[in-house]
Amino acid sequence: MKIEAKGVYYKELNEKVREAVKGGEKDIVLDNVNGQYFIGDGIKGKGVSITINGVPGNDMAAFMDGPTIRVNSNAQDNICNTMNSGKVIVEGNAGDVLGYGMRGGRLFVRGNVGYRIGIHMKGHGKLSPVIISGGKAGDFFGEYMAGGVLILLGLNAKNGEAIVGDYLGTGMHGGVIYIRGEVDPENVGKEVGILDPDEKDMKQLRGYLEEYCKDLDLDIEDVMSKPFKKLLPVSARPYGNLYAY
Amino acid sequence: MFKSQALTEYIAKIDTNKCIRCKRCIQNCGWGVYSWGGDKVNIDTNKCVKCLRCYHYCPVEAIDIVDNPTFYKRNHNWSFQHIKNIKKQAETGGIPLTGMGCDLDYPVLFDNLLLDACQVTNPSIDPLREPMELRTFLGKKPSRLDIKRDKKGKLKLKTKMTPQIELRSPFMFSPMSFGSISLNAQKVLAMAAKECGIVMNTGEGGLHEDLYPYKTNVMVQVASGRFGVNPEYLNAGVAVEIKIGQGAKPGIGGHLPGEKIPLQVAKTRMIPIGTDALSPAPQHDIYSIEDLRQLIYALKEATEYKKPISVKIATVHNVAAIASGIARAGADIIYLDGFRGGTGAAPTVIRDHMGIPIEHAVAAVDDRLREEGIRNEASIVAAGGIRSAGDAAKAIALGADACAIGTTALMTMGCTVCGKCYTGNCSWGITTQRPELTARLDPEVYGQRLMNLIRAWNHELMEILGALGVNSIESLRGSRERLRGVGLDSATLDMLGVKPAGR
Repeated sequence: MKIEAKGVYYKELNEKVREAVKGGEKDIVLDNVNGQYFIGDGIKGKGVSITINGVPGNDMAAFMDGPTIRVNSNAQDNICNTMNSGKVIVEGNAGDVLGYGMRGGRLFVRGNVGYRIGIHMKGHGKLSPVIISGGKAGDFFGEYMAGGVLILLGLNAKNGEAIVGDYLGTGMHGGVIYIRGEVDPENVGKEVGILDPDEKDMKQLRGYLEEYCKDLDLDIEDVMSKPFKKLLPVSARPYGNLYAY
Repeated sequence: MFKSQALTEYIAKIDTNKCIRCKRCIQNCGWGVYSWGGDKVNIDTNKCVKCLRCYHYCPVEAIDIVDNPTFYKRNHNWSFQHIKNIKKQAETGGIPLTGMGCDLDYPVLFDNLLLDACQVTNPSIDPLREPMELRTFLGKKPSRLDIKRDKKGKLKLKTKMTPQIELRSPFMFSPMSFGSISLNAQKVLAMAAKECGIVMNTGEGGLHEDLYPYKTNVMVQVASGRFGVNPEYLNAGVAVEIKIGQGAKPGIGGHLPGEKIPLQVAKTRMIPIGTDALSPAPQHDIYSIEDLRQLIYALKEATEYKKPISVKIATVHNVAAIASGIARAGADIIYLDGFRGGTGAAPTVIRDHMGIPIEHAVAAVDDRLREEGIRNEASIVAAGGIRSAGDAAKAIALGADACAIGTTALMTMGCTVCGKCYTGNCSWGITTQRPELTARLDPEVYGQRLMNLIRAWNHELMEILGALGVNSIESLRGSRERLRGVGLDSATLDMLGVKPAGR
């Protein structure tokens, strides 16, 4: 089903999308999207696929539970805010605060991502969110992270160029971050330990990246050709001794 | 190890002549003050917090909890708490924590305001015999109403109303999360809310499956930790609240320690067992009114515009301008939490020294929204220090649409405001997750007590309205002409928009 988004206000556009999903539509294409907010916000249903042609606005796939969204261009801020399950694939770059409080599902970005990615990402039972960016990231990557997996590849980085900003993983108390290449300990939060991934980690990492490469048509061996660093919180209770009782 | 120099505040005493060795005090104390010594009860008075659970459950009234007579030398400048905190900090290097609202001697303006009453020239109303309307609707109101006649000539509302919360009386229970309080305590709130036709608020801890039957009287909260938030949760209650701040700890986040996160709490918050539940101080997707608007509308989209969205803030210096921004950002309800509001845990220094009282905030916000012509855009809820129906009536006269009560509600469950909620040892089974303690809080029994309180306050409000000569809470709302100040300076009176008594 095609939905024309040119000149359509976001409220009306999202109502059309919600109605299509409720009506059992499995394959929805939005054409000429131009910055409309909240696309796919709160929609539910496995097997629903939405293709976005054009640049969607902020808060896409917020609270989403199940569907897959593919964006054939760049995307903006706040994608996958508190998302429960489902998948978002962005062919270009994406903005700031992606995956805030995300509990499950996947966010795959081909290009760069902005500041504060994966803040307070969590996991719960079988749910474990995964965000993978093929490019570079800004400061506060994985801040307050409580669960899930964050992977940063920096495939577009020039030799020796840092692929992640400062304050990496500050306040992290759960989950795991993988960075392709080296990590400068100066940029890492004090709650985080830098490790070399072991065999089991590499197997898990390859699993995630195989899915990523398949979705974005990349060569997995290329991606795996460089070593990774693994970042883990040193404590599940980073602020345990801060208080006097 | 040295003995702590932080002086014990209370001395627990047992009259051994009266004591029948039933050991009930040992069972009831969550703090471990009492233990069995073979022929009598031993007392470790250092652990006593004066919650009075043992006192109430001693069948022979053998227990006395007295203030430690060995007080630091009396000094107006150096209070007991100042000295004790310094000793504690010197010994631990930590931040002293506290529970409940600020207990310092800041002026309480409710106690400097008096309500009007009818005499001779205007008749009062007897609420026992005449109808009295307390019903309150929270949400955006249209700036004008269009009315049409249907085919039969009956008047019909043409204007499409945005969603409202209907309260049978202008009260609600403040947000208190499962984790900070026990599930049984939340059940008490939910049951009483349902019976009284008002609402309770989940706080930032998710909605436990046992509370789904009460969902028509539940408001769900979304805060910076996003605990337990999914599409079902957002659509479960009658409204969604975005928590920006809390009166007891404006500007700082929440921090539920891992040891207070057993299976049920973890399940409801949708996080792993035993990890800290950290709510970051800011919501990192909100740095401006425009960003707030984005979250408000993200929630409206996720609930298909069927639920009013409330925004809860701590009352800080610039509260009027912030509230104006919140109304313009599209919120349906502005929840103002005054600095005396309670908490399960806050650094004492924050609780005692930040924010402004609710009385000032309500007046300032109501004024500002009226001046800007947008008072109808959002309802105002006043919270943080409502201790009686009298306080509630005054808050409503100052401009609030409804009042939220937290500490007051907990008191009906046994709370004595000992202020040690953050330890998780609450002997009344309220602010604890220890199963042997939570089991003693029977939701049926205490739900009834809370209902009784709301029923009594409703009656009191009706008496007040009757004495004022009005028959609906709507007529008192924002009616500052019916308030007079005593002992207030002219700047405060001017700020409140209230005349001095005698004028």
